[in-house]
Amino acid sequence: MGFNVNDIRKDFPILSREVNGKPLVYLDNGATSQKPQVVIDAITGYYTHDNANIHRGVHTLSQVATTAYEEGRKKIQTWINAEHSEEVIFTKGTTDGINLISNAWGRTTLQKGDEVIITEMEHHSNIVPWQMICDEKEAILKVIPINDSGELLMDEYKKLLSSKTKMVALVHISNALGTINPIKEIVELAHEVGAKVLVDGAQQVAHAAPNVRELDVDFYVFGLHKMFGPTGIGILYGKKKLLDEIPPYQGGGDMIKTVTFEKTTYNELPFKFEAGTPNISAGIATAAAVDYITALNWDEIHVHEQELLNYATTELKKIPNLKIIGEAANKASVISFVVEGMHAYDLGVIVDKMGIAVRTGHHCTQPLMNRFGIQGTVRASFAFYNTKEEVDLLIVALNRAIKMLAQ
Amino acid sequence: MTINERQDEVIEEFEMFEDWMDKYEYLISLGKELPLIDEAKKTEENIIKGCQSRVWLAAELDHAKIQFSADSDAIITKGIISLMIRVLTDSSPKEIIETELYFIDKVGLKEHLSPTRSNGLVSMVKQMKMYAIAYSSKV
Repeated sequence: MGFNVNDIRKDFPILSREVNGKPLVYLDNGATSQKPQVVIDAITGYYTHDNANIHRGVHTLSQVATTAYEEGRKKIQTWINAEHSEEVIFTKGTTDGINLISNAWGRTTLQKGDEVIITEMEHHSNIVPWQMICDEKEAILKVIPINDSGELLMDEYKKLLSSKTKMVALVHISNALGTINPIKEIVELAHEVGAKVLVDGAQQVAHAAPNVRELDVDFYVFGLHKMFGPTGIGILYGKKKLLDEIPPYQGGGDMIKTVTFEKTTYNELPFKFEAGTPNISAGIATAAAVDYITALNWDEIHVHEQELLNYATTELKKIPNLKIIGEAANKASVISFVVEGMHAYDLGVIVDKMGIAVRTGHHCTQPLMNRFGIQGTVRASFAFYNTKEEVDLLIVALNRAIKMLAQ
Repeated sequence: MTINERQDEVIEEFEMFEDWMDKYEYLISLGKELPLIDEAKKTEENIIKGCQSRVWLAAELDHAKIQFSADSDAIITKGIISLMIRVLTDSSPKEIIETELYFIDKVGLKEHLSPTRSNGLVSMVKQMKMYAIAYSSKV
């Protein structure tokens, strides 16, 4: 099936609305993606027809809801190419998945003097949880530096690796720079010294399915809301052997086998890590989101997104005093930039008045902003439903904003 | 002039603007017009950190009236600060505490004082009231 962006846009009702009297130009997909009608219908359908708690009811509605929810897990398993469905754990989102591993794995595995490696381009959510557990266990946090283009310095990474390294936690695609990291090579090197690897795939999942077995990652985390699914739900993938070894993170219902006041035995995977009533409607809509994206032609989408990236990069560079932050050779359709003498907030506020939604600020990557000596950037992040015409509108709006601010 | 008289004056000024561009051009010019704060007062202590832009705020009591000075690294934020100062400065602590600020809403800039903007302005308004409460015991 051929890829036609104008047809695709019709699947997303929000894309036809207006903002401040102008057609919406949504270029903040790195923050969250829009939802196709089928995902919205799945959520509404559950509450309208099938609402019941799952995993414990014998009545019909509970059975129907449980089946639909577990269908979401199976679809994700296939989509990321996991070996077993119980390797797919439902979480609240990317951050929740990282915290689960840093707590449950970190507390039982890390010893005094052990090392955890992260990178200079991490989101705060892949920095702070590791700082917290390293503080607690007296382990040491090491950071892989980047070059001026925003690429990891692989030689420095190799120097940081040693028998003390227990975990390498890094982002697949940088939310602020767009850099696509060489995960496979990083995993191979980490495994040579016996370290585990956790990958933050939050930005990856909007652009391609991560093949967890091919990448050989130990843990892979992401949220559904950036891949055209609902908010409030995410996935932690972990190799079965590792997840079996890790104790539960939170206690409660659903995660137990038997409870007495003397001793509780825990449920099996994946339920061991899913205490309490989950986000059922979001789990059900997950299946709809995966079905939707699976049916698309991803070879053509990749070409389209790279065209958007190249076109926007060329056009932005024509604006005087505009500097792109992050020019990695291998880059996703995310562009961060600064305009000399102008604050990102001012630019963001003015282009919003013209219907353009971009992100401004430090993108929860303050150490990265410090690395580039800036307070923040303007970021345009493109999804497959964006068009070249929208890039043109962004450029017009930016030029107008710059003119207003420079007067 | 009372705070309310000054608020009404700002509202009247904004009524002349035909569209958002006029309004923002005015804010930008206000933001550029004057250095709002003594560089020496742009200290870590006086900074109000927003996620998006930073705001510095200082206050002094002079003849029973509060004199505010402030600054921001973002020009639109600075323009709005300039309006806030024009309305509130040189007033008694009592008047600042008791007066409700309605002009931001009336001139259509409410979105800038929403906590989600995290530009430091919401905290700045709170901090201005806090200064007034602190100084009210000294007059």
